[in-house]
Amino acid sequence: MLEGLLIGLQTAFSIQNLLMVIAGCLIGTFIGMLPGLGPMSIIAIMIPVAISMGDPSAALILLAGVYYGAIFGGSTSSILLNAPGVAGTVASSFDGYPMARQGKAGKALTIAAISSFAGGFIGALLLMVFAPALSSVALLFHSAEYFALMVVGLSAIAAFAGTGQVAKALLMTLLGLIMATVGEGALFNLPRFTMGIMDLQSGFGFITLAMAMFALPEALFLVLKPKELGGDGGEIKELRISRAEAKAISPVIGRQSIQGFFIGVLPGAGATIASFLGYAVERNIAKKEEQEEFGNGSIKGLAAPETANNAACTGSFVPLLTLGIPGSGTTAILLGALLALNVTPGPRLMIDDPQIFWAVIMSMFIGNLVLLILNLPLIPYIAKVLTVPRNYLIPFILFFTLMGAYIGQNNATELLILVGFGIAATALKFADYPLAPLLIGFILGGMLEDNFSRSMQLYDGVGFIFERPMTLGLLVIAVLLVIVPSYRARRAKARQEGVAEGD
Amino acid sequence: MALDRWIALIILGICLIYGYTAWFTMDAQLAPFMKRNPIWPSTFPKVLSVLAMAASLIILLGLEKGEQKEADIDYRRLGEYHLGQAILLLLLMVVYALLLRPIGFLVATSGFLILGSFILGERKWHIMVLVALIAAVFVWYLVQQVLGIYMRPLPGFLGG
Repeated sequence: MLEGLLIGLQTAFSIQNLLMVIAGCLIGTFIGMLPGLGPMSIIAIMIPVAISMGDPSAALILLAGVYYGAIFGGSTSSILLNAPGVAGTVASSFDGYPMARQGKAGKALTIAAISSFAGGFIGALLLMVFAPALSSVALLFHSAEYFALMVVGLSAIAAFAGTGQVAKALLMTLLGLIMATVGEGALFNLPRFTMGIMDLQSGFGFITLAMAMFALPEALFLVLKPKELGGDGGEIKELRISRAEAKAISPVIGRQSIQGFFIGVLPGAGATIASFLGYAVERNIAKKEEQEEFGNGSIKGLAAPETANNAACTGSFVPLLTLGIPGSGTTAILLGALLALNVTPGPRLMIDDPQIFWAVIMSMFIGNLVLLILNLPLIPYIAKVLTVPRNYLIPFILFFTLMGAYIGQNNATELLILVGFGIAATALKFADYPLAPLLIGFILGGMLEDNFSRSMQLYDGVGFIFERPMTLGLLVIAVLLVIVPSYRARRAKARQEGVAEGD
Repeated sequence: MALDRWIALIILGICLIYGYTAWFTMDAQLAPFMKRNPIWPSTFPKVLSVLAMAASLIILLGLEKGEQKEADIDYRRLGEYHLGQAILLLLLMVVYALLLRPIGFLVATSGFLILGSFILGERKWHIMVLVALIAAVFVWYLVQQVLGIYMRPLPGFLGG
């Protein structure tokens, strides 16, 4: 482990990678602040840039920086404008915005920054401990278990989708898997489902799909219904917090970074669920008089979701780096980018490419530090972004989605596919279908089928399911994950509230 | 019928075509030696088509009850939003896709950015043109020189 740490430090502290961290964090903060644009769209837009750099460590460092930068930036608009930039920071506006209304915007931003930093930092520490342990277990896995594990991951995403949404999330996952079968499979070299169209021979482009699923619908939604940016956060001054306040929030930060991290590890439950849950838990265990404050500018109520969402972001890297199975839309996009760079995340990553693995973890420490010391003093100026007129912003977002799809394939037909899928994705979004499962299914589809085929060939049939107890057990869990929530939802549909939003 | 069930119906149709291909037409092209393999190219799609059909039927028949969530945008009142702008922007993207190669990157991109802001209601031409030109040249430089991907900058007859 020490050796790994040194390799990581060496890679992460190269000039190029340091610049990547800083650039990623700044871009992420910048975009995350804009209400309506989530981390998934900005990461989707950044992918062509990251892939063309050709260096997987640098690419992953950049994209990870954008990810937690966006979560960090989202809290700024939550606090100042009550208009959360990303779903994961909605809970921060419960107490952050009241604080800003009371003229304590600067203090709120400081608390948010410190909590985010602590959450990310402790999350990275936990990642350092748990990822190697998990990947040494994962090395014992056979392709049959991998197949089963991916099925569990996919069904967990459906299970966490919320009330009345399980079938929709499931259908979207299956649709993603179906889309992944278009083109030539690795095992057979036969074109499938191409309808004779040459452009589909290599399958659908992953970048095109990511853009069409996330960036384009979000931009269209901004066109259809402009977000009100009229909120008045007041002047930002007094960034200092007192010693008593620091003492009050430190246990909250401690608890929430651990809880948030483990929620982030679960497939399907990301920063959004972590932040809501963190807020609820802290409100319940707070003292009576402090409970009254929640919702009216409680510093604990702000620190809890801020810590939890950042820790969950880091936690979501665990399944990605150790098992190669993304649990959220964002990590699915990261996985796609890594595959495009010829790196296969999974238990072998730590052995084959230790510099990537450790450099990413090291860059998380650096990135969180960058966010704290670079962004905190700059926030009043960065907040000016919020006044960028949407008349200029939206054409640029659309242009970047087009550019990303074009650079990826160098083919103008891809742009038409992008627009077509974008319209379809917008329609799906209208009807409240979750889009992240589709992309996760699409990215996992190839690997799922390969592992399935390999075990079928080794056991000459589906016997592997019954001969390997672990495979059978995992598959049973997968089925239960889908059936139990829908069963419960049918029984208790009266008193339900669904918290599900892609992140 | 609500939009989500219409969509489920459309997806069901897609799955039927997909399933038909997987179950009945794909195996005919298979080479004889591959038929001895326990897994065929059509095996996985066959499973998927059945599962997806089941899932879309569950939504279509409304077997899973869930409360109506307050959506960000209510599609039933689509006319009240800026629908025209959205459609025009989508058309603009299609036009951009078709014209990118023939008229070159710089012209197409600056045109796209200017018209895009125009559609959204911007009328300050001097700023629009300036921003669009700077952005087009800057992105072209990045893609061509830094990333090393060739893009024809000018229309063909100008020798671009």
